[in-house]
Amino acid sequence: MSEELYPIEVEVNGVQRTARVPARLSLVDWLREDLRLTGTHVGCEHGICGACSVMLDGEPVRSCLMFAFQANGHRVTTVEGLAQPDGSMSVLQDSFCQAHALQCGYCTPGMLIAAQGLLNTNPRPTDLQIREAIGGNLCRCTGYQQIVDAVKQAASRLSKETAS
Amino acid sequence: MTTQFRYIGKHRRTKEDPRFVTGRGRYAADIALPGTKHVALVASPHPSARIVSISTDAALAAPGVLTVLTGDEFCARTDPLYVGVDAPKVTRYALARGVVRYAGEWVAAVVADTRALAEDAAELVEVEYESLPFVIDPEAALAPGTHLIHPDHGTNVLYRRKFVWGPVEEAFAKADHQLAFRATWGRSSTVPIETFGVTARWDPVAELLDVWASIQMPKYPDQTARALRLPGNAVRVHFDVDVGGSYGVKRGIKHTVLVGYLAKKLGVPVRLIEDRLENMRGGDMHGPDRFFDMQVAFDRDGTIRGMKMRAVDDVGAYAGRSPLQLGKPVGAICGPYQIHAIEYEPTSVMTNKTPQEAVRGFGQSPTNFAIERAMDRVARQLGMDRIELRRKNLIRRDQFPYLIPSGSSYDSGDYHTVLDKALEASGYPALVRMRDEARLAGRLAGIGVATCLEPSGGNASFELLFNPKNETTTWMDSCLVRVDLSGSITGVMGTSSSGQGHETLVSTVVGEILERDPATIRVIHADSLNALPSNSPVGSRMAIMLGGAAAGAARKIRDALVAIAAHNFECSPEDLEYRDGNVGIKGAPSKMLSWDQLVEIAHRKFHKMPPGLDPGLQAQFVWEVPTGGGVPTQDGRVQMYPCYAFEAHVVYVEIDPDTGKPSIRKYVCGHDCGVMISPDIVHGMTYGGIAHGIGASLYEKFAYTEDGQLASGTFMDYLIPSSMEVPDIHIVDHCTPSPLTTFGQKGSGEAGYLGAPAAIANAINDALDPLGASIDTLPMSHLALWETITKATKM
Ligand code: FES
Ligand code: FES
Repeated sequence: MSEELYPIEVEVNGVQRTARVPARLSLVDWLREDLRLTGTHVGCEHGICGACSVMLDGEPVRSCLMFAFQANGHRVTTVEGLAQPDGSMSVLQDSFCQAHALQCGYCTPGMLIAAQGLLNTNPRPTDLQIREAIGGNLCRCTGYQQIVDAVKQAASRLSKETAS
Repeated sequence: MTTQFRYIGKHRRTKEDPRFVTGRGRYAADIALPGTKHVALVASPHPSARIVSISTDAALAAPGVLTVLTGDEFCARTDPLYVGVDAPKVTRYALARGVVRYAGEWVAAVVADTRALAEDAAELVEVEYESLPFVIDPEAALAPGTHLIHPDHGTNVLYRRKFVWGPVEEAFAKADHQLAFRATWGRSSTVPIETFGVTARWDPVAELLDVWASIQMPKYPDQTARALRLPGNAVRVHFDVDVGGSYGVKRGIKHTVLVGYLAKKLGVPVRLIEDRLENMRGGDMHGPDRFFDMQVAFDRDGTIRGMKMRAVDDVGAYAGRSPLQLGKPVGAICGPYQIHAIEYEPTSVMTNKTPQEAVRGFGQSPTNFAIERAMDRVARQLGMDRIELRRKNLIRRDQFPYLIPSGSSYDSGDYHTVLDKALEASGYPALVRMRDEARLAGRLAGIGVATCLEPSGGNASFELLFNPKNETTTWMDSCLVRVDLSGSITGVMGTSSSGQGHETLVSTVVGEILERDPATIRVIHADSLNALPSNSPVGSRMAIMLGGAAAGAARKIRDALVAIAAHNFECSPEDLEYRDGNVGIKGAPSKMLSWDQLVEIAHRKFHKMPPGLDPGLQAQFVWEVPTGGGVPTQDGRVQMYPCYAFEAHVVYVEIDPDTGKPSIRKYVCGHDCGVMISPDIVHGMTYGGIAHGIGASLYEKFAYTEDGQLASGTFMDYLIPSSMEVPDIHIVDHCTPSPLTTFGQKGSGEAGYLGAPAAIANAINDALDPLGASIDTLPMSHLALWETITKATKM
């Protein structure tokens, strides 16, 4: 009894990927185990912790709650795809380092996705808006304080960049 | 204080962050060896049952399945896991044999080509059980005639002793007042976002088991080898695996022995990654589950004369090191206060629940919570201000080193100043006005204050105290520093990290001593066969122990460079000056050998080396815990940890009377952990510790149903605070250096968590006070608060 496979075509971090996947394969397992994009993490597999967050067509989603098949025809961005075109860190990634917005780093890819999703639509968020945007991502290390600081820093750096 | 340092105490980027923000961390689940097979587990649905039969035929016939392992084979071919107290009959293996003792206990392990196929097959394993009586409540477990969890052990008590330190009965007889109450700490844990994971591979030719795991555990390689009946050098643990949070609990020894056995048996790499339910139910990583019967004797003026503390801790169905979590608090049993007479009766009891593991603070946070509730209750009974009461009893700055009744000497501190600073930062008078106005407006509002200690430096004195057969009196750590021919510096440490930033720590300290830029220093985690001895990052010890060892090794390098220069200048080392890695003659700037020249001599020019100095340039340093090595007295006095950090929390909460929902509106933490090597890291851990404490006090509980089932096995019912529950936190630093450590540093890995639950509990009780209500049970869930409020307002 071998499982039936379904063809999919997904743009992952700018690269068109094709695969044949079992129906029950989750998106996060496909990204991690088949594509070896291990930056996206698994914390609960039931949609609460946010460690598995990726962008689907530019919006944060939980890749543990989606089947790989559901991503067919869509655009997926993982933490590996957040860097600037020249490969250097994005302003948000750099701000996370500057503010030490992480410790063990396990929640960090998901936090970056959630925060980038916020900054894409709201370049000048308030503290409360930042807290709301990362409110679905659990971090056990930081108490969130330095994450909020990092997102604020990134917002102000980005707005200065666009101004100049 | 920190201005004397070049790199220590400065804001600098960490070494670790860049790999994590770019998705380049390498965690246990990222290890993918070719041909790896996957484990799924069959867990007991019963809290207590006899295993009548296990049928594995259908599972074995399922696609992709290699083997199905049960306890009969596994327990016969491996040795039981280590028990922290003298209870040899409380045997524990990764798989149950004959009986199961808690719901979720592993009964069989299925290995298949993929995790999905292994899970499919696990469902086909048929286990027939015969239910046995069970006990979930620790007091019931203590009662005579109760069902015994381990009949061969003869009792459900793992450890019990009554310690009396100082004239306790006299204090109680002479005091003006007494009070008694029970404080209860709910079963919660650290619950890292990464579950435990391990991969093992057996090389039959080299006879070597390689292990990659998300581990934070002292003596892990040794215990793995022992249980697998292998020599110690047949297990190689790769400590360069990033650990996705631990805070104490990442001690998957049973997982490792199971996977090691399977890898050896099957001749293929085998991995086990817990899913969340496995982690919460069968991962054996619950935390303290403890009640305290407290009695306090005190005078009219607020002087605390004596304290009696009976602590009963429910460790679940097996032992491990968990009973020792009642032992560590002996080192700070009177908190930061001058209490001269103390009776302490720790009791460790087993029930049919998931076993307990070490949690941040190793039992200290529950103890601090009980002491701080006692302080507030004393103040309330006397009608005295809670802060005044604390000021009156806090150990004064001029009293250090301060010997407490249970035998530990506190190294240093300035508790009154830290408390004052925290109060000032909180705008205390305005905070009181805010509370009083809220109350006038009909809202429930309260302020909580807690002052408490974080013992740090982590030795293991409680092992010998709780088990005379266990003569562990050293808890060393070490570091190796190497300068290569190109002049680059590498620091080698012997344990894994779970977010504490050890690479940053080592590079900062080595850079400080050698006066070289830490950014250029690489730090690696050696595997267990390459590493010097380490006892892993437990007990808030790495700033002290790894920091001290790294400094010691760097100093040896520095001394070697000076010796080389002295030999070549034909002068005495005293005439030389070390600056930025170059060594020159004092007052003669042209007479200098540069770092590169000195390194070149050490590596290539033996004819220029002083006699007696080894060529090449590397040094190792093994450090025993300062003040460690002591043996307990007959009455159980012993020096526990060397250093004592202090924290003063001030919290303002309001509770919605209609829903019982608390919200924290202000949070200030005054913190003194001596010299901070990396302030950003210390602050981060303190914020995180406070958030964790908010969880333990208000939200998190491994609840059990009456029929012995874990009711909170997912993040939907085990509630970890999010950014919406954790408020903006303000930390106020203070620095009283430790006289015992290299730079005056103390530990801080458990900071915040050790005082937050106490402070929040006090704030909640202050808010309930106008109703005449109180609550001393954690977590103070919305429901518990709502019930308390409703009951009080109906009366
Ligand atoms: S792993 Fe997807 S939300 Fe937790
Ligand atoms: S950094 Fe460890 S969980 Fe967020």
